[in-house]
Amino acid sequence: MTAIERAERMLRRSSFFMALGLVLMVAVYVRALRFTPVEATQGPAQKIYYIHPPSAWVAFLAFGIVGVCSLLYLFLKDPRLDRLAASSAEVGVVFTTVVLITGPIWAKPIWGTWWTWDARLTSTLFLWFVYFGYLVLRSAVPEPGRRARYSAVLGILGSLLVPFIHVSVLLFRTLHPKAVFLNPEGPGLPGPMLATLLFSLGVFTLFFFGLVTHRYAQATVVDARAAAEADDAR
Amino acid sequence: MPSTFAAAWAIAAKDLLLEFRSRTAFLSSLVFTALVLAIFNFARDPTAVSTTDIAPGILWVTFTFAGLLGLNRAFALERENHALDGLLLSPASRTALYLGKVVANLVFVAAIEAVALPLFALFFNMPLLPVLVPLAGVIALATVGFVVVGTLMSAIAVNTRFAELMLPVLMLPFLMPPITGAVQVTSRLFGGRPFSEVSAWLKLLVAYDIVFIVLCVLIFEHILDE
Repeated sequence: MTAIERAERMLRRSSFFMALGLVLMVAVYVRALRFTPVEATQGPAQKIYYIHPPSAWVAFLAFGIVGVCSLLYLFLKDPRLDRLAASSAEVGVVFTTVVLITGPIWAKPIWGTWWTWDARLTSTLFLWFVYFGYLVLRSAVPEPGRRARYSAVLGILGSLLVPFIHVSVLLFRTLHPKAVFLNPEGPGLPGPMLATLLFSLGVFTLFFFGLVTHRYAQATVVDARAAAEADDAR
Repeated sequence: MPSTFAAAWAIAAKDLLLEFRSRTAFLSSLVFTALVLAIFNFARDPTAVSTTDIAPGILWVTFTFAGLLGLNRAFALERENHALDGLLLSPASRTALYLGKVVANLVFVAAIEAVALPLFALFFNMPLLPVLVPLAGVIALATVGFVVVGTLMSAIAVNTRFAELMLPVLMLPFLMPPITGAVQVTSRLFGGRPFSEVSAWLKLLVAYDIVFIVLCVLIFEHILDE
């Protein structure tokens, strides 16, 4: 089996996982809206819990993968690691965008404001900036080897920057107390809600892996075809 | 190791000599800095917000802009006539090349800051002399972190499309911790607050410097082509 055929088979398999993730996502929504009790103080706004935290979890997972792959790439120079980091970063940025959009939708009725410079909000925003920059950098370097090295360096620096941003926002907040309308931690979730949340977490993770493997397989097909063409030309 | 430092110093001296002879980048950065400070004066309402509240932010945004201009220059200089290849062929190690560029950038940015600071005090009527020594310390801490990461980023950005735009996009998120810390400490210095209020921020600045100096020195060789 040639490299292109292998990659195309992976592409088909990942399509299956993506479709499965989407179908299960519908099940998450049905369960969240129809079969999970409405929270007493927040009302329907609390339904965001079944999208927002799972997206955030997936985004952190994605950027964790970017960091690990970037570090390994600099030692192993394996193009697969670079492709995986790139795919993961792309999907991570999408889910961070979901977090940044769903967050304000919830915050407006609950906190009374779309945006506040709370530690988590600010960190997430900067996470988005860092990895969006990562994607912009990838698109601005045409040579594959150089692109892989540059993005690996940025991936590693970015992973180390995130804790610094978090600490500085925490310091900023504690030194400048601002009125927050509600404790963002919230109370512990009762059984049925927790079950829905966990279900949603599982589905989002599955969907994430479907998307990343799909993106990875696409990149593999592109690279394999380019390599085959280069061979033909020789 | 001594040879690394000697080579680094030679590279820094070369960059600074080039800059000293032409002075174009330095003078234009300086004028740019003065312009930013002057424009900020009209971007605020002096009757609504007191100068002491807003001045530290103005100072650091100005330093950030000026620094970004200087950083773009560092590796753009070496693109002409493939000068970078010459440096890579020389016996100087890649670490030496990086450290040399860092030192040259530090001197460049520090020189601009040294002129911008009195100008800032003049424009915004800030009492500079009583806080000069601790303020210089904070500026040094933040500038080192800024230049260390920025030199690495500029080596990346110079080989991309839209290099001038790429550097700020990559760089500004990394400036968030040092600039936030520097602004917080600066405003407390001007406000005459006790040291205990700034110690946490100073720790953050020092930690940032240490982590990124070590990391950037280790990682820089991967940026240059084999």
